[in-house]
Amino acid sequence: MAREMWKGNEAIAEAAVRAGVEAYFGYPITPQNEVLEYLSRRMPELGRAFVQAESEPAAINMVYGAACTGARVMTSSSSPGISLMMEGLSYIAGTEVPMVLVNVMRGGPGLGNIAPSQGDYNQICKGGGHGDYHPIVLAPASIQEAVDLMPVAFDLAHKYLNICCILIDGSIGQMMEPVILPEMQPVVRKEYDWAVSGAKGRKRHVLSSIYLDVPTEEKVNLRLLGRWREAQANEIRFKEYFLEDAEYIVIGFGTAGRIALSAVRAARALGIKVGLFRPISVNPFPYKRVEELCKQAQSILVVEMNTGQMLKDVETAVRTRVPIRFYGRLGGVMPFPDEFVHEIQEMIKNPGKPEDDPADLWYQRMMAR
Amino acid sequence: MVATAIINPENLVYARPKGFTDTPSHYCPGCTHGTAHRLVAEVLEEMNLLDKTIGVAPVGCAVFAYNYIDVDFVEAAHGRAPAMATGIKRVWPDRVVFTYQGDGDLASIGMAETVHAAARGENITIIFINNAIYGMTGGQMAPTTLPGMKTTSSPNGRDVETQGYPIRMAEMLATLDGAGYVVRRSLHDPANIRKAKKAIRTAFETQVHGLGFSMVELLSTCSTGWGVSPVESLTWLEEHMIPAFPLGDYKIAPSVAALKI
Amino acid sequence: MQTEFLFAGFGGQGVMFAGQVLAYAAMDNGKQVTWIPSYGPEMRGGTANCTVVIADEEIGSPLVNHPPAILVMNLPSLEKYEPLVKPGGVLVVNASMVDREVQRKDITWVSLPCNEMAEEAGDKRMANIVALGALLELLPAQTLKDIEVALKAHMPGRHKHLLPKNVEAMKRGAEYAKKHARKAK
Repeated sequence: MAREMWKGNEAIAEAAVRAGVEAYFGYPITPQNEVLEYLSRRMPELGRAFVQAESEPAAINMVYGAACTGARVMTSSSSPGISLMMEGLSYIAGTEVPMVLVNVMRGGPGLGNIAPSQGDYNQICKGGGHGDYHPIVLAPASIQEAVDLMPVAFDLAHKYLNICCILIDGSIGQMMEPVILPEMQPVVRKEYDWAVSGAKGRKRHVLSSIYLDVPTEEKVNLRLLGRWREAQANEIRFKEYFLEDAEYIVIGFGTAGRIALSAVRAARALGIKVGLFRPISVNPFPYKRVEELCKQAQSILVVEMNTGQMLKDVETAVRTRVPIRFYGRLGGVMPFPDEFVHEIQEMIKNPGKPEDDPADLWYQRMMAR
Repeated sequence: MVATAIINPENLVYARPKGFTDTPSHYCPGCTHGTAHRLVAEVLEEMNLLDKTIGVAPVGCAVFAYNYIDVDFVEAAHGRAPAMATGIKRVWPDRVVFTYQGDGDLASIGMAETVHAAARGENITIIFINNAIYGMTGGQMAPTTLPGMKTTSSPNGRDVETQGYPIRMAEMLATLDGAGYVVRRSLHDPANIRKAKKAIRTAFETQVHGLGFSMVELLSTCSTGWGVSPVESLTWLEEHMIPAFPLGDYKIAPSVAALKI
Repeated sequence: MQTEFLFAGFGGQGVMFAGQVLAYAAMDNGKQVTWIPSYGPEMRGGTANCTVVIADEEIGSPLVNHPPAILVMNLPSLEKYEPLVKPGGVLVVNASMVDREVQRKDITWVSLPCNEMAEEAGDKRMANIVALGALLELLPAQTLKDIEVALKAHMPGRHKHLLPKNVEAMKRGAEYAKKHARKAK
């Protein structure tokens, strides 16, 4: 397979095509536009469905309808657009139909800006829409990883009848890297015993997220939870770098994670025994592995492009076993590796206590700048 | 006479259409939803479409439309039925997809989805129940509430100075090039019900022939919300709603007219 | 082994394309590479820029604060990026759009009239390629031949006939840099 130079957003779009996406519905928003633009050309070429919707709420509800047919369907957007889709996402979760969502995060809150950010981790991982549901969220750190995860995302969505989100930020969407694209898969629409297609020769199918009978709704919630627990048990993904002998560990996802790779290499060059743990499935989060890492780590540095959203998950796993330090850049600022190297050095100089509040100490440092 | 004699085919004057389930109606006495449901079921049966139709139910009194009309169904979020129908239709272009929506769903929260489905010429059919009120939530003002009309959220009557004017959806959508068939009918008496059925038939024919967006607006009653008796509600519809929402054919594309239904 | 390049100038001066050509050449040579356009706070201020990272192993950050090689096509870019060149690094300046000398003594630099040289080579739109030639003379991350191959493979079809002129422009840039570059002290 040839390595080809692809822009992140376009590579993701092509990877979705190759993963057999049958229908795409979206709405323009920067820095995600190239996904929509690419598919506006590519999908009709293959006789597949493409609609530029009138709004994000319309786009996600078109996805909702198409997902009810059992086809592989997706949409993509960026932070403010994802907020608008939350209603539909909740309905899709409640109806237990599969879909893939690509979120190319940008600076916020509000209109914010179009620069890369990781400020929507909580929104997508911890709910966002109403009700108890848990989307599967994969956070690739490179274009290659993103395209490799695209078929996986569809498989997971259909396996767990759930939303699977590819969570990246504007920098991955806008940059170019050489990638090897996945093989073109044939479009296969599975014959589900719930999908709508017209009740020919079978009992009719009715798909809904409404359960006025309260005990029934409780059962549905337990069913959702059961599938989620299965995903938690089976779908943990992460990547580790230089951890064999690491005494200090940096944890970061997506772009912050790859910037941390540069920092860890630089710190290693200075003789520091530091490694990197990069969660790829941020929901389900690899709590268990982080817990194990506490055995070898003297302290942990969490780096994010937000105010410490994944930090809470790391804290849940670490449970004051070792001190944690936090470093975040906000509002679309992309940190440089040097900043992380400095944080690693400071962490070693002053490891703090396990019961310290890393987000509070980070805030104090930011304000003292 | 024993019951079996009554249901001898030659004595039968009224039966449940094939496209109807045997679920007892949850609608209020005097409500015309049941009539509209039945017309849809009859038309789908007559066109032999029951096993290739997918319905999209709204949020509103007709949220349980799928309990009555016996086809594959999905239940949309409030106002999003035309978007959901679009998603289904694009995956299944050879199936028949229709939405069934009230005035709050279609003309208020779902206005954008409705207008854009029509503008795209989305090959779907909308059955639009206009009873000038929010029924399910308890009788609040709707986008089609008449000026001066009392509702639970316009207790002194709709004041156009502060609460604006009713929206005439059929007229509005008829201006869009993507619309193939847009008409308004009423359900207040048998003659009009027959005309409504013919319109519903034409709307589905429009879709089956791929002639674009189709909508039948049906003036309907809400005796509970209006605070009148079932019989009075029929008169009220005729006297107040028809003058505000004139019945008629607002858009019949030449290709649809050529179908000669 | 990893090297970072930053290309900056006004929109329309071809800095994005110059970066892409380098990235393509590196990819064709089996390298890891990232190309990232001006993105984030540095977008403001009237200049466009892109950063190219070429490496033998998985690339971490696609941005660095002190690249060892910077190419600036206009004065605002020189003002902004001259202080950021890594000590001992290289800086290429488009003298056609810049009316001052480089101040830094700890970097190797060359200032060449890219616009005029491009015009002499056959098309004034090739100023970016003249500058790229000079940059690769000072920091030979890829050979001019590699760039020629990349240009041939990745230039838009409607510009393919300009390939010989581009090669000529690149060579002139490289020759100029060879003759006139000021070495770091």
